[in-house]
Amino acid sequence: MDQAPPRNLGFLTPQAGKNTLLSWIGSTDHKRIGLLYMACILTMFAVGVGIGLTLRLKLITPGNHLLAPQTYNALFTLHGVIMIFMVVIPSIPASFGNIFLPLQIGAEDVSFPRLNLFSWWLYVLGSSLALISIFTGNGPPDTGWTFYVPFSAKTTTNVSLAVIAVFVLGFSSILTGLNFITTIHRLRAPGMTWGKMPLFTWSLYATAWIQVLVTPVLGITAMLIFAERVLNLGLFDPGRGGDPLLYQHLFWIYSHPAVYIMILPAMGVISDIVPVFARKQIFGYKMIAFSSLAIAFAGSLVWAHHMFTSGMSDLAIWVFSLLTFIVAIPSAIKVFNWVATLHRGAIALEPPLLYALGFIFMFSVGGLTGLVQGAAGTDIHVHDTYFIVGHFHYVIFGGTGLGMFAAMHYWFPKIFGRMYDKTKAFISFWIILVGMNLLYFPMFVLGLEGMPRRYYDYLPQYATGQFLSTVGSWILAAGMAIMFANLIASIRNGRPVGSNPWGGASLEWSVSSPPPANNFTTEPVVTRGPYDFDGVVVDD
Amino acid sequence: MTEHKDYAGSKMGMWLFLFTEILLFGGLFLLYSAYLHRYPGEFHEAGKTENLVLGGANTVILIGSSFTVALSITALRLGKIKHCLILLGLTVVLALSFLVNKFFEWSAKFSQGIYPGSEHMKTLPAGENVFNSLYFAMTGLHGLHVIIGSVLLSVVAVFVARGRVNRDDFVILENAGLYWHLVDLIWIFLFPLFYLIA
Repeated sequence: MDQAPPRNLGFLTPQAGKNTLLSWIGSTDHKRIGLLYMACILTMFAVGVGIGLTLRLKLITPGNHLLAPQTYNALFTLHGVIMIFMVVIPSIPASFGNIFLPLQIGAEDVSFPRLNLFSWWLYVLGSSLALISIFTGNGPPDTGWTFYVPFSAKTTTNVSLAVIAVFVLGFSSILTGLNFITTIHRLRAPGMTWGKMPLFTWSLYATAWIQVLVTPVLGITAMLIFAERVLNLGLFDPGRGGDPLLYQHLFWIYSHPAVYIMILPAMGVISDIVPVFARKQIFGYKMIAFSSLAIAFAGSLVWAHHMFTSGMSDLAIWVFSLLTFIVAIPSAIKVFNWVATLHRGAIALEPPLLYALGFIFMFSVGGLTGLVQGAAGTDIHVHDTYFIVGHFHYVIFGGTGLGMFAAMHYWFPKIFGRMYDKTKAFISFWIILVGMNLLYFPMFVLGLEGMPRRYYDYLPQYATGQFLSTVGSWILAAGMAIMFANLIASIRNGRPVGSNPWGGASLEWSVSSPPPANNFTTEPVVTRGPYDFDGVVVDD
Repeated sequence: MTEHKDYAGSKMGMWLFLFTEILLFGGLFLLYSAYLHRYPGEFHEAGKTENLVLGGANTVILIGSSFTVALSITALRLGKIKHCLILLGLTVVLALSFLVNKFFEWSAKFSQGIYPGSEHMKTLPAGENVFNSLYFAMTGLHGLHVIIGSVLLSVVAVFVARGRVNRDDFVILENAGLYWHLVDLIWIFLFPLFYLIA
């Protein structure tokens, strides 16, 4: 390794005279807060993956072994709650969004830096409460992450604490969204018009609106579950005039748009990565920006497609099915635009682009299988089967997960000023992709054959698919272990790089790596577009 | 880090927060409308049991408090700190009297055996049962907001007294005032839904 000159550590520089821990957990610097989020999210991700692997191990052969049925119920609930509320929803916006939103629009920080830190603390509080709910009371929640009544109102397990945790996590998410919207409206640098904003920022903007507009409904839903259990309110109790179906409506009014909170920022990452490595202006900038807003809007009107078998009227099913198909249009616009950007580009197949291509592939499979369930007729057949489990893991893990990994490989040199081992990044990508497909593809087949989700045991005819799926989970875990080991080791030992190793044109590449504490030494004046690569000098 | 004061940004953040509050109540309003559609007659009957006098008095009290908080902002902008503090104090007193009325209303219901999960409520028709559950959920959540709002206004009053919030930098008071108007606004909707439905 060559002798590195004394390096400028930017915002990572230890602050003189301050306790190191306090200088992080008490920092209002958006970049430090972003890294705090990332550390927490990845820790919770490790917990969620561990639980997932345990569940898969239990399902490797039929029969009663390894886990007791009640433990199994608790574990799939925890896997869902942790992965949804503590990992995937905050994943990209709270970590990379926090770090790069102000940098991309030429701002010094977000609009409300202290509120930003407060959001992180709420996230820590909510996550802690959720973890405490596992070990206290009458055992961990066993309702599934959806907390459906009447079971969630009756079960003796620790659901009350878990829904408080969800409420607190939701509050954290709302405050982040509120902060981002205000930041984008108020703190854009001179010349940073709406049409010059990077598409990652656009996706964060659309996401932030969903966070602000639908998360409160999750808040009230969680509160109502709490009230049903603790105050015996009975609003969803059919014996007292209530209707459990209304709970499902309230729950999905949040939880369906929430899947767009999960996927939109990942789409933004892909939109930023693809043109940089195709060395080409992005195809259809306006349509991609617009489609983010269209997804945010239309995606808020499709919630009841989770309830086709719940006993709604035929008219409602028809309307929600139609609206569901409409959401597919802006999603497809994005995919076509990415592919069109790659077409005839000078493609440099670096790790970030490879992960981005992985996203496009996995998201396409996940998106198209989603339409099978959006069609009311076919949904009756696959509802609550492994088909849906396969579908949402393709979208959320294959989509948002790979999007997060792509973001890590894209912005790693910017955050730490060092480069990871690209060979290991390539190897881990292929292992992850193979593992992911082996893990989730058999689920489509199992689902079509009638294997219901969340079952503890299964008939012998499903054994082959279940076995393959479990083997896939090991391959996937091995791939991720290599990837994370590579990234973590490179934080200290990677080759030092310059400010712009990929030749990106958006503003974050114009500052040193790692970025200085105050982001910009002088306020930038923006004259070029985010994907205008003419005259961009690569600084590796 | 340089401290930047962005008046419009602060207001915008507050308005977004108020949206989230409306949507929080929105979930309950949605339940109300769905159940009203299912049990129109029983909602009508159950509404007759509400105490229109106390409810009406509370409406007047809250509208009055919205007025005093608005005046307090004007007073501060004119530099009349003492006026501002008196008006804020008056607002908090009105808020507390609202809560006292609410306490009497709830106690009266409890003494008639109407509270969530009570034996008496199980004997009521399904729609009246739901009406009362909604009453407790919605006025309860609103009452919680009245408490939060009073604490908020008291804290801001301390800031005003210490000069941290002053005639040149009054956005915190203005935002607290906006929050208080929201508390008022939600009541304006709750009042007809529960008291005037009969």
